[in-house]
Amino acid sequence: MSATTTSAEETKFTSKELVTDQEVRWCPGCGDYSILKQVQTVVPDLGIPREDIVFISGIGCSSRFPYYMETYGMHSIHGRAAAIVSGLKCVRPELSIWMVSGDGDSLSIGGNHFIHLLRRNFDINLLLFNNEIYGLTKGQYSPTSHEGKVTKSTPMGSIDHPFNPIALALGANGTFVARSMDRDPVHLKEMLKRSHGHKGTSFLEIYQNCNVFNDGAFEIFTDKGSKKAETIFIEQDKPLIFGQNADKGIKLEGFKPVIVDLNANGNSANDLWIHDEKDLTKAGILSRFFDRPEDGVDHLPRPFGVFYSADRSCYEDGLKAQIELAKSKKKADLDSILKGRETWVIG
Amino acid sequence: MADNQKVLDRVIIKFAGDSGDGMQLTGTQFTNTAAMLGNDLSTFPDFPAEIRAPQGTIPGVSGYQLHFGSVNIFTPGDECDVLVAMNAAALKANLRHLRKGGTIIANSDGFDPKNLRLANYADGINPITDGSLEGFKLITIDVTKMTRAALTESGMGIKEIDRAKNMFVLGFLYWMYNRELDYTENFLNEKFGKKPDVLDANLKVLKAGYNFGETSETIADRYIVNPAPMTPGTYRNIMGNQATALGLIAASQKCGLDLFLGSYPITPATDILHDLSKYKHFGVTTYQAEDEIAAICSVIGAAFGGKLAVTTSSGPGIALKGEAMGLGMMLELPMIIVNVQRGGPSTGLPTKTEQSDLFQAMYGRNGEAPIPVICATSPADCFSAVYEACRIAIEFMTPVIFLSDGYIANGSEPWRYPQASDLKEFKGNFITEVPEGGFLPYKRDEKLSRPWAIPGVKGLEHRIGGLEKAHETGNISYDPENHEFMVRMREAKVNKIADYIPLQTIDNGAEKGKILVLGWGSTHGAIKAAVKEAREKGMDVSHAQIRHLHPFPKNLGEILYNFDTILIPEMNTGQLCSIIRDKFMVPAIGLNKIKGMPFSTTEIFAKIEELAKK
Repeated sequence: MSATTTSAEETKFTSKELVTDQEVRWCPGCGDYSILKQVQTVVPDLGIPREDIVFISGIGCSSRFPYYMETYGMHSIHGRAAAIVSGLKCVRPELSIWMVSGDGDSLSIGGNHFIHLLRRNFDINLLLFNNEIYGLTKGQYSPTSHEGKVTKSTPMGSIDHPFNPIALALGANGTFVARSMDRDPVHLKEMLKRSHGHKGTSFLEIYQNCNVFNDGAFEIFTDKGSKKAETIFIEQDKPLIFGQNADKGIKLEGFKPVIVDLNANGNSANDLWIHDEKDLTKAGILSRFFDRPEDGVDHLPRPFGVFYSADRSCYEDGLKAQIELAKSKKKADLDSILKGRETWVIG
Repeated sequence: MADNQKVLDRVIIKFAGDSGDGMQLTGTQFTNTAAMLGNDLSTFPDFPAEIRAPQGTIPGVSGYQLHFGSVNIFTPGDECDVLVAMNAAALKANLRHLRKGGTIIANSDGFDPKNLRLANYADGINPITDGSLEGFKLITIDVTKMTRAALTESGMGIKEIDRAKNMFVLGFLYWMYNRELDYTENFLNEKFGKKPDVLDANLKVLKAGYNFGETSETIADRYIVNPAPMTPGTYRNIMGNQATALGLIAASQKCGLDLFLGSYPITPATDILHDLSKYKHFGVTTYQAEDEIAAICSVIGAAFGGKLAVTTSSGPGIALKGEAMGLGMMLELPMIIVNVQRGGPSTGLPTKTEQSDLFQAMYGRNGEAPIPVICATSPADCFSAVYEACRIAIEFMTPVIFLSDGYIANGSEPWRYPQASDLKEFKGNFITEVPEGGFLPYKRDEKLSRPWAIPGVKGLEHRIGGLEKAHETGNISYDPENHEFMVRMREAKVNKIADYIPLQTIDNGAEKGKILVLGWGSTHGAIKAAVKEAREKGMDVSHAQIRHLHPFPKNLGEILYNFDTILIPEMNTGQLCSIIRDKFMVPAIGLNKIKGMPFSTTEIFAKIEELAKK
């Protein structure tokens, strides 16, 4: 049933053709609108026939996503999308499967499936919309909300220590780990393409503003005034440079990242940390650039881009190989297995 | 034939020993040899919950009961005629299951002071020497000593030699029941072909056991159990879990869809996962998920992808799957949920049997979430019951629950297996192009089933989900009228299945009368034997066994109304009884047993007799 040989003409469709007849019901101003727009922009250019694309979600605001994509789709149950896409990928490896999830869906109720999906490395694109809040249930803290966060269920402030999703994904042996944001369409589109291009589970964390229950959670990273100073956009083979005037860099002293002033004497871009997506150790250090700006002046900027990207065999390929090997060695003869090893005749 | 050989029509042997004594193997070997000879039979293994319970203790006792005969056998039997006790704990744990006058074959080495102490016998008490077993026929053999003697020249270590003890006992029993050794000899040849020392040792000890019977003929009588009058045909022996695995593969072949199993190990269902993982050459995918929820969710994914998707579990796992089963029902995707029931609640009695998940199967989901339920009545029946579950799932686009239980899952019986060509094909409701007037994911056919539109088909792109959906379009709908309509539609669809399943039949007895014993699932054998006996004694009693628990066969009510009394034996507190009373308003009476053990024929017979006198 899969489209094996499809000409470019047949696979062609426009962004408009990805819009469904369903009314989009996110709150006006929600970051999800931007993400939907970028996905609808990127997907037609991937060269995949529309009928081979599947969007599967769990529960939460983000999980409404499949209803708005004119592809195959499923809006499932809370936290379980990772398990559903795993089963689908096992039996239909040729499909392009996108999982859409949120910080509650993937890191709280679906935390178990999340780590196992990454470990098995199914070729899936996992988009995690992180808004650091529970939106659909109207404003409780999430597993990414920072300590002290005052919400409807934490009137005295949250005492939960938050997850660092990037570090968690690396810890679960994810083979592609990246971060982007709703308010940077250019970067987001680039990261979506990279996610698709990676063979294996591609984990893309997208900072997404919930303008109703957690407005401004990422403002310091997205606002024009502070973005350059508070973020660092990492690119393969490029030095780690950031700052209002690209005047700051990061170098490694042993395993310790240190901010250097590129305008000061003796400091040169040549001495900086050069980003290498294949380096798991460095990706681990980068993932720990997780200080909150309000924690102090010496904090490191928040990285955006591909932290880590490596090749590792995908579960579905191993599965297919075993089935093919078994088939090549043994004929599937139903009568023979019904009969079993020993029989006897009566009458 | 010597004068001391007696002809028996049936015998029940219980093999009991420490977990490490190889009693399951011994029992299986004797069983297969009996099957080859044409005896009818039924078996029931009874092993400890612990993987390696302390050696010599009562929790460490592993048992295997075999009932074989020249007559039709319906159950593994109530009290046993022969108890093989490899140690003191095995005797202590099983003596109450031995009939008065029965035979004990005791390994005297297993009754040394250490073993007696571990079995909690009081100091200085040894049941095989103190006369307390008077009333039984006691045959004491120092199996350990004889085994070692047979292998003195083998050059093997004592530990290795002692491992062959069970072969001595098996050889002795083969002598006692006039069996040939060749089946087991062939088995050993195959198993130890690559280890000639071990093979030789086992063969020697097996023969030594047989010869011991021959040369010391004063200690035991010999018996003859002739072949049973079974339906002519070719038979094999099969366990319930094996039959379930085969039934799933057969269904996959006959509906032309690859089989996907998403499962998480749980006693007593795990063997189905083990079994199916060996059939990759049939295109079978077995996916051991990270938990029970992931297992059924992977099944939802595979069903969406167009495969025959199955999950296997037991009560606690099914509880975890509840929400996803509701999603499967809401999506109207085909899938099979196998519950090999065990003793509950909570962790309960993992290795023991019970029928206490019927309510869970019928009602264990949020909202109005009807799911068809089918059960198997015997080990071999698991094959056709799960095959039927697959057919219904695929033809009606619905999850189907298949109920087995620990008793039939691990029990075995002879099976007149079908030919592949005898199995009826069925097919999925696939839609492969956009119909005229446009594609409607929830447009129903005459079965009220919806089309199966799988990813990859151009023009059928659509979204499904757990939110209430509008009639035909499947779009999200909060409309109150639509919600009630859809709830009733999903119920009507499941009820519609009653038009496509066989009518209820009477298993034994008249269509009308005083007492109907109504059973479901694994109680079949015990009820059948009890009703047969009661009818032979002139009681007005009939037997019907339900396979389709939801929906019930259309004529079930008519049958029930034809009897004055309906007796429902169940291994629970009365779950089917409640459902039958609720649905048909008949004053059904329960006979309930919640001991982790199946019913004995005697228990059911006693209740029938009591009711017949009223």
